[in-house]
Amino acid sequence: MNKTSDNFNSSSIQSSALNSRHLIALEKLTCKEIELILETAREMKKVFIASKEGTRSVKKVPALQGRTVVMLFFEPSTRTRNSFELAAKRLSADVVSIAVSVSSTTKGESIIDTVRNLEAMACDIIVVRHKSSGVPELLSHKVRSAIVNAGDGAHEHPSQGLLDIFTLKERFGSIEGLNLLIVGDILHSRVARSDIWGLTKLGAKVTLVGPPTLVPQGLEMPGVEIQYDLDSALPSADAVMLLRIQQERMESTFFPSLREYSHRYGLNKKRLSLAKKHCVVLHPGPINRGVEIDSEIADGPRSVILDQVTNGVAVRMSILYLLAGKL
Amino acid sequence: MNIKKQVTLLDKIGMEKAIGKIGADISKRLLNENIAFVGIQTRGVPFAKRLSEIYSAQTNKTPAMGRLDITLYRDDLNQVLDWPVVKESEIDFKVEGKTIILVDDVLFTGRTVRAALNALSDYGRPKCVKLAVLVDRGHRELPIEANYFGMKIETSPLDYVSVLFNETDGKDEVKIIEQNI
Repeated sequence: MNKTSDNFNSSSIQSSALNSRHLIALEKLTCKEIELILETAREMKKVFIASKEGTRSVKKVPALQGRTVVMLFFEPSTRTRNSFELAAKRLSADVVSIAVSVSSTTKGESIIDTVRNLEAMACDIIVVRHKSSGVPELLSHKVRSAIVNAGDGAHEHPSQGLLDIFTLKERFGSIEGLNLLIVGDILHSRVARSDIWGLTKLGAKVTLVGPPTLVPQGLEMPGVEIQYDLDSALPSADAVMLLRIQQERMESTFFPSLREYSHRYGLNKKRLSLAKKHCVVLHPGPINRGVEIDSEIADGPRSVILDQVTNGVAVRMSILYLLAGKL
Repeated sequence: MNIKKQVTLLDKIGMEKAIGKIGADISKRLLNENIAFVGIQTRGVPFAKRLSEIYSAQTNKTPAMGRLDITLYRDDLNQVLDWPVVKESEIDFKVEGKTIILVDDVLFTGRTVRAALNALSDYGRPKCVKLAVLVDRGHRELPIEANYFGMKIETSPLDYVSVLFNETDGKDEVKIIEQNI
């Protein structure tokens, strides 16, 4: 059994892998696991993004040939789903997308039965998004395949957190000591929670900024600070991440009007001039131009929003590759 | 208990001679080619660097250099026990029109070279690919041979051939670790 690895000179292989078969939350990952995902993502990015002169004519690798990845999205998503699909395809996996609106869920099938049916068809990795926190975790206890959380309620969105960290690391070289401002609707944001876990583990500071109604109490922990005034928080920021106002999740009124929100928390050129010269701007998308971010900033030189999109594919390739090692 | 017998095949001077011979051979035979050395991770990388230095000294030309990790092209990813770590690949030149010397420390089953050839062809279509290895230990499982080699040795399939480079391991040495059961 050991022979095959000898063919590849097993002494050079460091035995380094993720601890779990599932990726549910950055809260559960160790620093070493996060670093492994980031390091692997750096190589994955070279598969589809040209480095200097050397362009790859084929933008995919055969690593996951013969494996099947299922996209099971119970909530609308374009970016994350497309990103995971592209990631799987660039690893040569087969991809199935389940459109929930036409699936058996509408006929009353439970989500566990849906997933067991997918497994009966020999699917290997299931990428799940659900409006309720804890669904991916629940599934991970019930199935043999690998579960990847692509966003559950206001709990976590680990692949987004990892791509944010990757983008910051690419820009600054190291995460330790950075101060990231996360501005806006922290209350409904799973992205903020994944960023907080991931960044604080790697030694960064996270400052949450927003109106008190949208910044919940209870998020204070070592490395996390809460501020309600953006202008006074900006001068110490190395990076600012703006969150979209998720009107679809707001069942009551959290601020008087979008105009008022934009006036106090929207990022424009004048505001950004308060920050350090090297300060960059992130956004998990989709952006609402003129609400949380001005077009001039979104399209400007400090914006790394499209780098985040590119890096998202690389990080998800890394996640899928590393989880396949646990199957 | 397994009693392992170790035999040193090449010491520092022996390695220098063997690498020097391969370097001189490449310099002579591929003098007029547009060449690039591509080392296969991990020990092929310092080996390729040394060959390129010899080539530069003997031809006054600076060859392109690259490194290739074949992890994502392995044919045994469905069988391995230790899931391999992806190491760095770096090919910052166009492979089209180039004569590429793939460089690895040991040639054994040929499967690593097969993976490297597939990886390389995803970068583009080189004019020609040659293979240089320090030790050919036999037991091929694929129809692959080296164009340049330092030494050929007889081994048992269970033996382990260890090649150390100063750059990666702190010393230059080739030895065979025999498995006597």
